[in-house]
Amino acid sequence: MAYKIVASQCTGCSACEPECPNGAIYEKEGIFAIDPEKCTECIGFFDEPQCVSVCPVDNTCVIDKSRPRYKAKK
Amino acid sequence: MTAALTQTPKAKNFQRLKALGLSVTSTIQHQGCGSKGGSGKSSCGSGAGAGDLPEEIWEKVKNHPCYSEEAHHYYARMHVAVAPACNIQCNYCNRKYDCANESRPGVVSEKLTPEEAAKKVLAVASLIPQMTVLGIAGPGDPLANPDKTFKTFELVAKKAPDIKLCLSTNGLALPEYVKRIKDFNVDHVTITINMIDPKVGEKIYPWVFYKHKRYKGKEAAKILSERQLEGLEMLTAEKILCKINSVMIPGINDEHLIEVNKAVKSRGAFLHNIMPLISAPEHGTYFGLTGQRGPTAQELKALQDKCEGQMNMMRHCRQCRADAVGLLGEDRSSEFTKEKIASIELNYDIETRNAYKMQVEQERQKRVAEREKELKEIAKENSELKILVAVATKGGGKINEHFGHAKEFQIYELSTKGSKFIGHRRVDLYCQGGYGEEEALETVIRAIRDCVAVFVAKIGSCPKEALEKAGIETVDRFAYEYIEKAAVSYFKEYLRKVNAGLIHPTKKEDALIRQGALVPLN
Ligand code: SF4
Ligand code: SF4
Ligand code: SF4
Repeated sequence: MAYKIVASQCTGCSACEPECPNGAIYEKEGIFAIDPEKCTECIGFFDEPQCVSVCPVDNTCVIDKSRPRYKAKK
Repeated sequence: MTAALTQTPKAKNFQRLKALGLSVTSTIQHQGCGSKGGSGKSSCGSGAGAGDLPEEIWEKVKNHPCYSEEAHHYYARMHVAVAPACNIQCNYCNRKYDCANESRPGVVSEKLTPEEAAKKVLAVASLIPQMTVLGIAGPGDPLANPDKTFKTFELVAKKAPDIKLCLSTNGLALPEYVKRIKDFNVDHVTITINMIDPKVGEKIYPWVFYKHKRYKGKEAAKILSERQLEGLEMLTAEKILCKINSVMIPGINDEHLIEVNKAVKSRGAFLHNIMPLISAPEHGTYFGLTGQRGPTAQELKALQDKCEGQMNMMRHCRQCRADAVGLLGEDRSSEFTKEKIASIELNYDIETRNAYKMQVEQERQKRVAEREKELKEIAKENSELKILVAVATKGGGKINEHFGHAKEFQIYELSTKGSKFIGHRRVDLYCQGGYGEEEALETVIRAIRDCVAVFVAKIGSCPKEALEKAGIETVDRFAYEYIEKAAVSYFKEYLRKVNAGLIHPTKKEDALIRQGALVPLN
């Protein structure tokens, strides 16, 4: 249903936080995390997931495979 | 006929700039300003040429340690790290560390909230009257963190209105914020511009994040370049002083930087600072891993010389860290950590600060007078000879540092035109353990081996011998004197010996630019 941030990769730069259209990203002890309940994979807002696009470290904002993909509500 | 009798405002400014050690040749001709229409405001009209410096711009520059080579002997700036996010990627940057445009790669600074940052600024300013400039440069891009950046400015301006504000940016978001920059009375902005051609740019920037989309390749570089130049034009139209930083990357943008120099000059940039790429595999940057080398000291100087005919070059930049405190070259940040600030009692005393500035003015005038005197002497000589000398100094424009304690050397080029400051060579990394004393000395020699002499306040007999063996004369007879004055007397003597056939000047080997992050001393 959502993206997640790989904690060991995150530099804590905060670039992703203000870009999220759903306010799903929050700071936790110097690094950042995504609230899976709020993340919509940016569907309905942008063509690409904003956290992925802005993050300076590749493969840090990734699909959380433990959850089903997000589906826009009808 | 003396200059004093015929001084036009322009001539006065010319002299003032000379006193600052800024080059003024190009700006008098005011190139790049031919057309009235067409390019309109962008190419001219901003009065950014230094020879035409309006009074208010002169006021802004004269005490700024980063812009005025003269002022950096007396005044200090500090940076606070409130802006961690960035909106582009540079191949010489690893975002685990601070912005490589403004600091050295591989440096990490303590991130502060705007409130903590403001407190730090006031704490430093109340203890160090020389602190006149606050800069925000990172650790990411200040304009990718607009709220934090402008909040910090607001808090500082309220309590310490005499502190100048400046900021450095990669330029991508600049056009959106020119108005706020103006409203906050920010008087200096630095933009890092490494190219104006997307073909060059795609080798430096893998991507930019713009309007909710990640762009790559030439497209990314094109967007970045357009935004940078637009931002520059908007700033100069608002009469906000604008400096350009460029990172010289051999084989990628070295020759191209001459084009960049013309482009930024014609858009009213006030200074152009070409810095060497600093790159090592352990920085974990793209360039570090691909083995992209930085320029040698001679390559850097040659490029700076080529651009000097175009506009003012800044040669004293040391790529200091984003939270450095103190006179340039002297880092006192370890005295002002988050923890220590909390316990400092604030006593912001504007009187002491003004008294210090008065004292400095007198000192500066004295120094300028000394230099003028010597210059008249040497102007009589007729020779094409140019030599480099290294100087160990703690500041104040004097030869006042012990060779063994020097963390860096200032390099001057001497000729019959007098002495010209051309840059710094850092040697600090090597003096901090991990290296034996002999290796340390070796490294110092490599850093200054293009010089014929090194001026010191004092030097031990061992290093003296090693230096002489390497063909570098050690000179301590000018201890505690003004650098320029000493330089001119030394050059006169040197010239005499050359003419008498006692010395045969040979081509010196190129020097190495130290690669590595500045580690603050404790
Ligand atoms: S994918 Fe979009 S909605 Fe989800 S956390 Fe990232 S920015 Fe927010
Ligand atoms: S952009 Fe990436 S590195 Fe920066 S805080 Fe977000 S997840 Fe971490
Ligand atoms: S602008 Fe600065 S922080 Fe951003 S990628 Fe380039 S060097 Fe790094």
